[in-house]
Amino acid sequence: MNRTEWPLWEIFIRSQHGLAHKHVGSLHAPDPEMAVKNARDVYTRRNEGVSIWVIRSADITASSPGEKEPLFEPANSKVYRHPTFFPMPDEVKHI
Amino acid sequence: MTTDRTLFDYLLRLADSDLILAQRLGEWLGHGPVLEEDIAFANVGLDLLGQARMWFAYASEVETRMNGRGRTEDELALLRDGGDFRNLLLVEQPNGNYADTIARQFYFDVWHELLLTRLERSADARIAEIAAKALKEVTYHVERSTDWIIRLGDGTDVSHARMQAAIDVLWPYTGEMFTADATDRALTGDGVACDSESLLAPWRERVGAVLSEATLTLPSAEWMQRGGKQGVHTEHLGHVLAEMQWLQRAYPGAQW
Repeated sequence: MNRTEWPLWEIFIRSQHGLAHKHVGSLHAPDPEMAVKNARDVYTRRNEGVSIWVIRSADITASSPGEKEPLFEPANSKVYRHPTFFPMPDEVKHI
Repeated sequence: MTTDRTLFDYLLRLADSDLILAQRLGEWLGHGPVLEEDIAFANVGLDLLGQARMWFAYASEVETRMNGRGRTEDELALLRDGGDFRNLLLVEQPNGNYADTIARQFYFDVWHELLLTRLERSADARIAEIAAKALKEVTYHVERSTDWIIRLGDGTDVSHARMQAAIDVLWPYTGEMFTADATDRALTGDGVACDSESLLAPWRERVGAVLSEATLTLPSAEWMQRGGKQGVHTEHLGHVLAEMQWLQRAYPGAQW
């Protein structure tokens, strides 16, 4: 018999209203609806979420680890992009 | 009229069907076709076990009122013999292949949801309370088993054939859900239980609609098995109980 694997899905859960969906892991499912149900059973057993997103892992385009240097290193030498040059008044908290 | 005797009997029916189906679903643990299904069915099983505990706890109170001493949840679940179990014959049927398990679950879930929706308005406040709590879980169970019926029925030639075979084989065990005996009638008269027969039409409508979407055929056989609610079971229950009860039988009172 021809045995085909179910596609892999990446699961995103929003833990409470106002927060963003966060990647929690991946699982297998035959289609998007079942992926949501499986995510409910695998990742929200302990009241972790109020909303679930699923996306086929194959549909994600990722940066390549080999391109790490050209992509990220140039930012290292640009300290002026960090807001560390402004004197802060002492009265201002939580910034 | 509702007596403690009939109420106790009715509560055992509710509890035992949940308990035995939970035990059956537990048998899939570590054997499911994929990890995700393993977890999903374990969740459903644990939901049902939790519901069984609530019915047993109430049954125990009723028994105390009746006899001065009521058996505990554990005693009711683990120290009764087969003839004292009041579960539906449907839930004790073996897991078979995955289509068999899904068909059994689907038949049960649709009925369970209809039943709890009625019991939510029971004249007995405790029954209404437990039913309302259970209903939230069961609404999800129905969605899940419905999804699987459609996907397997309207899937490959093999899955379609297996699904139809499972639907046909288990069909004669569904009649029992809709027949009323003296216990049912006594409680229905007082609005404590719901009229089992009145669940048949909505159940057939829902099951028929799902099967048709799944390109499956609703069986037409008229002859139905019965006896579970009166304690007359198929040969499978003994095996379920042997596995479920052996520890308490071998080491009475053992705890961990």
